[in-house]
Amino acid sequence: MPAVTQTREAVEKLGQSTYKWGFETDIEMDMAPKGLNEDIIRLISSRKEEPEWMLEWRLAAYKTWQAMEEPKWAKVAFPPIDYQDAHYYAAPRKKPGPRSLDEVDPELLRTYEKLGIPLHEQALLAGVEVPEGERMPVAVDAVFDSVSVATTFRKTLEEAGVIFCPISEAVREHPDLVRKYLGTVVPAGDNFFSALNSAVFTDGSFVYVPKGVRCPMELSTYFRINAKNTGQFERTLIVVEEGGSVSYLEGCTAPMRDENQLHAAVVELVAMDDASIKYSTVQNWYPGDENGRGGIYNFVTKRGACRGARSKISWTQVETGSAITWKYPSCILQGEGSVGEFYSVAVTNNHQQADTGTKMIHLGRNTRSTIIAKTISAGRSDSTYRGLVRVQPKASGARNFTQCDSLLIGDQCGAHTVPYIESRNMHARIEHEATTSKISEDQLFYCRQRGLSEEDAVGLIVNGFCRDVLKELPMEFAVEAQKLLQISLEGSVG
Amino acid sequence: MNALSKDMSGPLALFANRLNTLAGAERQSAAGALARTGLPDRKVEAWHYTTLRALGKQDYAAPPMQVEASTVRSLLDGVLQAHPAMAALPRVVFVNGRHAPAFSALPDDVDLSFFADDPQFGQQAAPDRDPLVALNTALAEDGLVLRVPAGVDAGHVMLISLGVAGVDPLSFHPRHTVVVEKEAHLRLICVQAGQGAYFHNPVTDIQVEDGATLEHLTLQTEGAQAVSLGTLYAHVGQQSVYDSFVLGLGGQLVRHEVHARLAATRGVVHVNGAQRLAGQQVGDITSVITHAASDCTSRQTVRNVLDGHARGVFQGKVLVERIAQKTDGYQMNQALLLSPEAEIDAKPELEIYADDVRCSHGATVGALDDDQLFYLRSRGIPEQEARQMLIDAFLDEAIALVEDATAQTFCRAVMAARFAGKGESA
Repeated sequence: MPAVTQTREAVEKLGQSTYKWGFETDIEMDMAPKGLNEDIIRLISSRKEEPEWMLEWRLAAYKTWQAMEEPKWAKVAFPPIDYQDAHYYAAPRKKPGPRSLDEVDPELLRTYEKLGIPLHEQALLAGVEVPEGERMPVAVDAVFDSVSVATTFRKTLEEAGVIFCPISEAVREHPDLVRKYLGTVVPAGDNFFSALNSAVFTDGSFVYVPKGVRCPMELSTYFRINAKNTGQFERTLIVVEEGGSVSYLEGCTAPMRDENQLHAAVVELVAMDDASIKYSTVQNWYPGDENGRGGIYNFVTKRGACRGARSKISWTQVETGSAITWKYPSCILQGEGSVGEFYSVAVTNNHQQADTGTKMIHLGRNTRSTIIAKTISAGRSDSTYRGLVRVQPKASGARNFTQCDSLLIGDQCGAHTVPYIESRNMHARIEHEATTSKISEDQLFYCRQRGLSEEDAVGLIVNGFCRDVLKELPMEFAVEAQKLLQISLEGSVG
Repeated sequence: MNALSKDMSGPLALFANRLNTLAGAERQSAAGALARTGLPDRKVEAWHYTTLRALGKQDYAAPPMQVEASTVRSLLDGVLQAHPAMAALPRVVFVNGRHAPAFSALPDDVDLSFFADDPQFGQQAAPDRDPLVALNTALAEDGLVLRVPAGVDAGHVMLISLGVAGVDPLSFHPRHTVVVEKEAHLRLICVQAGQGAYFHNPVTDIQVEDGATLEHLTLQTEGAQAVSLGTLYAHVGQQSVYDSFVLGLGGQLVRHEVHARLAATRGVVHVNGAQRLAGQQVGDITSVITHAASDCTSRQTVRNVLDGHARGVFQGKVLVERIAQKTDGYQMNQALLLSPEAEIDAKPELEIYADDVRCSHGATVGALDDDQLFYLRSRGIPEQEARQMLIDAFLDEAIALVEDATAQTFCRAVMAARFAGKGESA
């Protein structure tokens, strides 16, 4: 059975259970007043029924955050963010949505259609209200998806010994595990946005894979920002014990809005001896309209610690969304012979700005890292690869290979490459190469001559350009990602 | 004394006495800019990898008016004996930042004057953006002003800067201007050397006018205690060539910062270099190559060999402006680490706003290749010698990029003189 069909069926099954509780619970939730202060943090913590230590941790993070300044070094520009002008605890109230597909913005529908999502799913994604009793048995609404996946497969996962649940639940049900690892990879005070996240995070996923267990299925979470004037601060913690392995997928979408919304997530990965974690992201937050209005500010801290010998952490990301992306999934290669990988495609169009890359910190002997970053800029966008490869004195035999390629489409965009290469060990080998060019006239001519439209030709060439990264994605994601690339670049040629 | 004095904290205090008694609007405004920003620390992105701690805590005095002639003579002989052909070339000698006519052999064919006689700060330097240029602007006393008239091939000219200091540190801030007029040609060889604790802070303003060529070699062999922080601006006109190479061997802390601007079409810029450092040396090669016109070419290859506790820094930015279509840019930085304590920090950077370009950069870091070493040893070459061969070959690939044959010979000679029989220093 083709993977896509399989996924769809799996999703359909999820859909039925979604409505049973995930959706209803949310309705009962409410919205905290705008602003950020200790009382709001206490409110979040009490709504989440968190233990005292969690509240204290949040308050400490808040104190740290207050003393910090927003980082200014990234090559992105945006008006100052008023952190008091957002709701930090907000559950989307169900508002009367469009009554039928006809009322939905055709632009939105077209996007879903191109993503290969069937029409009835599109209806749900667009928030079309369906009368009680006639609800379709499919729901792909992302906010609830993570919860429902956890619910549906919880039994299978439990049998394998894997814990996969919302982090707020993990704080209550598995406090010892959470407490042991939370904030150990990304300390609250690591940076401005991680401190903010630590203070106010509301949900996210927790994954624990015990010793020797290979997680029997891919775990997936779809994040979606729904409500207006809210920030989203999710927190993901994945711990894989000795010899375990897991593949985790993360998808992000957001509805179109005029105003900018802040998304400041923190993802922490911990891999012990011989453990492996594969973390894939298809980030498609609303990028703003063609005039640069609206869109998500995506300021994310993702970091993995290869603590054990021969452990492996692999980041794969396809970044097509967000008005501004500020994101550097990193690996701390501590265990001897541990491996870090970073595969990235970042596409910017219109007025999008992306400053993204990775950090590979080699601490242990014979650690290896690979960085493949493909950057595509179109329209009036700016895209920057910023990466750090650091080899510490003890990392003898460390090896890094980095390749960054940028493609420029149109003469109003910018593509930048800023690698930082630091070696303190003579027995380490580091190689870095980067190129910047436009789509070659020859390739374009070749495709056009065979009857492809210019847009299709560009899509084809771009997909080829990104192949090294796309082939790292799990099958379903790869299909989605390819289509996303094409959609993102729409209108950038001709 | 003026109001600046209270702002002169930190490393700036080292120059406070001199900065407080400046005449002229340009110098005062530079000192004002300096007082606002201070000298750069690690938080300034352009100085992320190089700290100015080596400047120490002692005040930097202005150099004395009289310097022992025999000391200068022996330093100069030391420079010139690197290669027999050197002494025959016309030269302008500066001692502690001031022209020393007694030691110079001035060139013909060029218009020569001196900053001290008519201080002109030029258009390119930006004291408000670069604190070290501001420091130079405030304190510059003298400098070479060299102009090659249109259409003239001026051959070789040497600019030799000698620092002569004792235990108490002194600083000098020469301000050089080199203009190669239309269709003219100049081969400029700058040598920096000296002894004692001094801080050399030159600013060089270079203009290569349309169709002209400047081949520029810098042999940087500053004294062991020297701090040398130089900034160079090059304005490259239509179809003109600025071909530069820096060989970095000396000094305690040395930074060679180049801002080259391809201002008109079909210009060519080469900012190549090699450095071989040992002990506690820090060598920093920083460049910003701006493509501000279409159809220009830039090339940069920098090789570093680092031994002992030495630290090499390479920061190279290629900026391609919106208008600079058909740009061809290439940049390569390679480093060889010879000791467990050596360190390299590299930041090759592309900032590109035009789409029809071909730009690439690469960087590699590693130790000597065991296979290559084995190959040589299996042919009976002793290990020490084999290592030396590989190191020489690694650096020689960069030196081979120097197009002027004479300059290339000098590079090899200086290198050989410094490392002759020494092998790798510990």
